[in-house]
Amino acid sequence: MTTNGNMADGSGERGETATWRVKAGLAQMLKGGVIMDVVTVEHARIAEEAGAVAVMALERVPSDIRAAGGVARMSHVALVEEICNSVTIPVMAKARIGHFVEAQILEAIGVDYIDESEVLTPADEAHHINKHPFRVPFVCGCRDLGEALRRIAEGAAMIRTKGEAGTGNIVEAVRHMRAVHDGIRRIGAMRDDELATYAKELGAPLELVREVKEQGRLPVVNFSAGGVATPADAALMMQLGADGVFVGSGIFKSEEPAKMAAAIVRAVTHYADPAVLAEVSRGIGEPMRGRSAASLPAEEQLAVRGN
Amino acid sequence: MTAAPERTAVAPRIGVLALQGDVREHIEALDALGIGGAEVRTLAQLDEVDGLIMPGGESTTIARLLLIFGMHEPLRDRIAAGMPVWGTCAGAILLAERAPDLDRPTLGLMDVLAERNAYGRQVDSFEVDLDIAGLDGGPVRAVFIRAPRLAEPGPGVEVLARLEDGSIAACRQGRVLATAFHPELTTDGRLHAYFLAMTEEALAAARASR
Repeated sequence: MTTNGNMADGSGERGETATWRVKAGLAQMLKGGVIMDVVTVEHARIAEEAGAVAVMALERVPSDIRAAGGVARMSHVALVEEICNSVTIPVMAKARIGHFVEAQILEAIGVDYIDESEVLTPADEAHHINKHPFRVPFVCGCRDLGEALRRIAEGAAMIRTKGEAGTGNIVEAVRHMRAVHDGIRRIGAMRDDELATYAKELGAPLELVREVKEQGRLPVVNFSAGGVATPADAALMMQLGADGVFVGSGIFKSEEPAKMAAAIVRAVTHYADPAVLAEVSRGIGEPMRGRSAASLPAEEQLAVRGN
Repeated sequence: MTAAPERTAVAPRIGVLALQGDVREHIEALDALGIGGAEVRTLAQLDEVDGLIMPGGESTTIARLLLIFGMHEPLRDRIAAGMPVWGTCAGAILLAERAPDLDRPTLGLMDVLAERNAYGRQVDSFEVDLDIAGLDGGPVRAVFIRAPRLAEPGPGVEVLARLEDGSIAACRQGRVLATAFHPELTTDGRLHAYFLAMTEEALAAARASR
């Protein structure tokens, strides 16, 4: 793979650790799955029981981060550790954009993936974390192909479209997923001698643009995030080409979290089967209360953070 | 391409269990062998295949989905009746008779113990060159991601590869193949060819007994 993050390579007792293949590989294992935001050990157990492929450990789900205002930072170390110790599935945690020391701390705790996330208050308005030197893999948000490729160039081993977290409104997630795939299709239709100019337009390395053309997809796994509130939302994102789904506030802000969680897991497996989708959409209580993403004042829009 | 044996009948149809996990990688590996692979999400799709790969993924998730969608027993019965199966990582856990830290039943078709996440967290995931018994052409690059440790093989289990610490990396019991690592993450198709050969043998045996 040309996006080789070999700087972090190490020798473990059994073999080579932290290779690009190992970092991107974990995301490949998560495909077709649901990653759920959890704020307590109890939540984490509910998520695991429902069939989540991983949990995102944080202090507040995005809708509460919005309500709380102020500066949103990395979660308390003790909380993340507790959650790591309470489930057998992978645990992710969020660091602020550009806050490489929060990332160092999360790596030291032993989280399985770090989300360099716009949901937290950015620590650096110009730079993302240089993710290559880390042994732990990173997932980053994007709104379009250029942003995705810039993050991958910085070392992200997994991508998620941003959506608009904490709104329960799928519209931004759809916009971003369509934008990524639109970019990929454009590249697929281009002559090789047109790629350099397009790479410049995208603000992405030519090498990665070439890789997208060769593979016909992003060089890493791409999940959907930000706005999924129902099984139908999750299946919509899968049909639009997501490899899997992050659900933040959508589960634990719904009326019956355990049922909603299990239903979304089933919907992601059978995302193209309306009969199954109808079945799992029954008897799961009220989804989270949504809000219009367009009516958010500019300072409350999270997706524009980091570019 | 591996040299395929004389195929008098149709090529075997190999499915990849597609409830969750790295399904596409296996299908691409099968494509590279020129036989294509089919996603298996339903019992009807299971009926259409001659051999099945259970991919990497989260064993807790896949174990639940097998039960929820009523595939656990039919799949177990199909394999017990002789359908060749190959589990990689999570798939290997689901084939093991003993997986004490999995909170759902496995299919229990290979007499081996699978200890989940036995090598540590993600930062301890690793890759290493591994010689596999019965595989010519030198070692494979074996990628272990939050991998299970396979141990305590029963008398019917043939160990095909071990790590330096002695734990099992690949083993086979009759028509059940298990690898704790992910051949589908590399472009080395030899283990997929090995499984294809297993499936062809099973088909030939079935034809001969008819």
